[in-house]
Amino acid sequence: MGVMLSVKNLEVYYGSIHAIKGISFEVEEGEIVTLIGANGAGKTTTLHSISGLVKPKSGEITFCGNDLRSTDAHKIIQLGLAQVPEGRRIFAKMTVQENLEMGAYIRKDSNIQEDYERVFQRLPRLKERRRQLAGTLSGGEQQMLAIGRALMCNPKMLLLDEPSMGLSPLLVNEIFHIIRDVNESGVTVLLVEQNAKKALEIASRAYVLETGAIAMQGDADELSNDEKVRKAYLGG
Amino acid sequence: MDFLSQIINGLGIGSIYALVALGYSMVYGIVQLINFAHGDIIMVGAYVTYVVLVVAGAPLWVAILASILFCTFAGVLIERVAYRRLLNMNAPRISLLITAIGVSIFLENLSQLLFTSSGKSMPNLFPNQLLGLGEVQISSISLINISTSVILMVLLQILVNKTKIGKAMRATSEDADAAKLMGINTNTTIAFTFGIGSALAAVGAVLYCSAYPMITPYMGGMLGLKAFVAAVLGGIGSIPGAMLGGYLIGIAESLTKAAGGSQITDAVVFGILIIILLFKPAGLLGKNVQEKV
Repeated sequence: MGVMLSVKNLEVYYGSIHAIKGISFEVEEGEIVTLIGANGAGKTTTLHSISGLVKPKSGEITFCGNDLRSTDAHKIIQLGLAQVPEGRRIFAKMTVQENLEMGAYIRKDSNIQEDYERVFQRLPRLKERRRQLAGTLSGGEQQMLAIGRALMCNPKMLLLDEPSMGLSPLLVNEIFHIIRDVNESGVTVLLVEQNAKKALEIASRAYVLETGAIAMQGDADELSNDEKVRKAYLGG
Repeated sequence: MDFLSQIINGLGIGSIYALVALGYSMVYGIVQLINFAHGDIIMVGAYVTYVVLVVAGAPLWVAILASILFCTFAGVLIERVAYRRLLNMNAPRISLLITAIGVSIFLENLSQLLFTSSGKSMPNLFPNQLLGLGEVQISSISLINISTSVILMVLLQILVNKTKIGKAMRATSEDADAAKLMGINTNTTIAFTFGIGSALAAVGAVLYCSAYPMITPYMGGMLGLKAFVAAVLGGIGSIPGAMLGGYLIGIAESLTKAAGGSQITDAVVFGILIIILLFKPAGLLGKNVQEKV
């Protein structure tokens, strides 16, 4: 059990807008850590900095001892860090099967077939629809596909950006159940969520992001009992 | 059966438009850039064929191969030098478009400098015979053009739909950032697309030279523009669309000429473009899969 992902003094600007103001946090191996906060707090920007889609101005990002800031975006997945992006970003004009193939793009070994089966076992609804264009799936199925796609590279760690967005409460429960299940199979999880209640339920630790800075941090249980967190994020 | 002969004639010329249109369409599909320098790649391909075949005296197959390889390299080089930085900085599309026009003028002037602006005449590349099938007269060149374009389109469809790099091309064209998250090197994928498009243009150049054996530094202009029209007509971004558009334009031209309208063929071609787009703005086979949000 060591620190898997560490972010130190991260600063990100969009032009003259100071989006992330020196945040630091860590994720240890095996944990589910959640980053909660309102719209525009900087959650997605933080994730995009980790995955190389946004170039930070300063700060350190290390994953398993590798400096991610000097790693090209397309090479980060090779280190074992996969992302389920906000809004799912599945390839709508490709089939479910092809989307999963893209998830396994970096793999050169021959066990991919077994991994399809594993993903289909975990997400049986995808199996029925494997020949269907991904754009024709329902929102919940698309989210499952995005998760399945990220799992196809056998990641050590999964970054999830708002997996509950736009889903019915029933589906949200299902997605969170899957996330917990994935974590129990040995994948470390960093979960970014607006749905703080759900996120705090499955996370071991949490960071609260407010306008680009970390306002609070601690055990998920403690934070869900905290008066300020309850008022601001849990609806009293 | 003069009508049928004209149709086949049109398909022969349309095959050339189709091959060039594929390059426009694929590049547009992946980076939303109208690569106006693409037409000039035909000219580059024609001159390479000429130099290797006539000046160096090599056999025809060597000249064709050299032309394909050189154009592939040129396409990749143009992407690397002129477009990549703009693409990676997410520059406005208008800047890319202006750059493409710049590259086009650069290529035309460069070839003028190297070969002067007076045309060079190409020897006969393929046997040109009239084959009679009953009452239908078909030129052997039309047959060569049509079969080449059909074979290449089938190969291209297999490449795009079945191979790993083809799937990476489709993923990149849909969502480049998501493709990066999958570990796809989008820069390489884009360069590959430019290379394939330019290789097809080189084949188009060889076929064009066998039908119209006069090459000039500006030959890519109108030909490129018509191929671009073919791509838009068929639905830009769609491979079968580019082929369909190319064939339609070839047939329209051929029939207009046969009807005695040689002077107005271009007006007819662009008139068809305007009318079809009025009714099908996305082109004949252009489609949008709506993504559920």
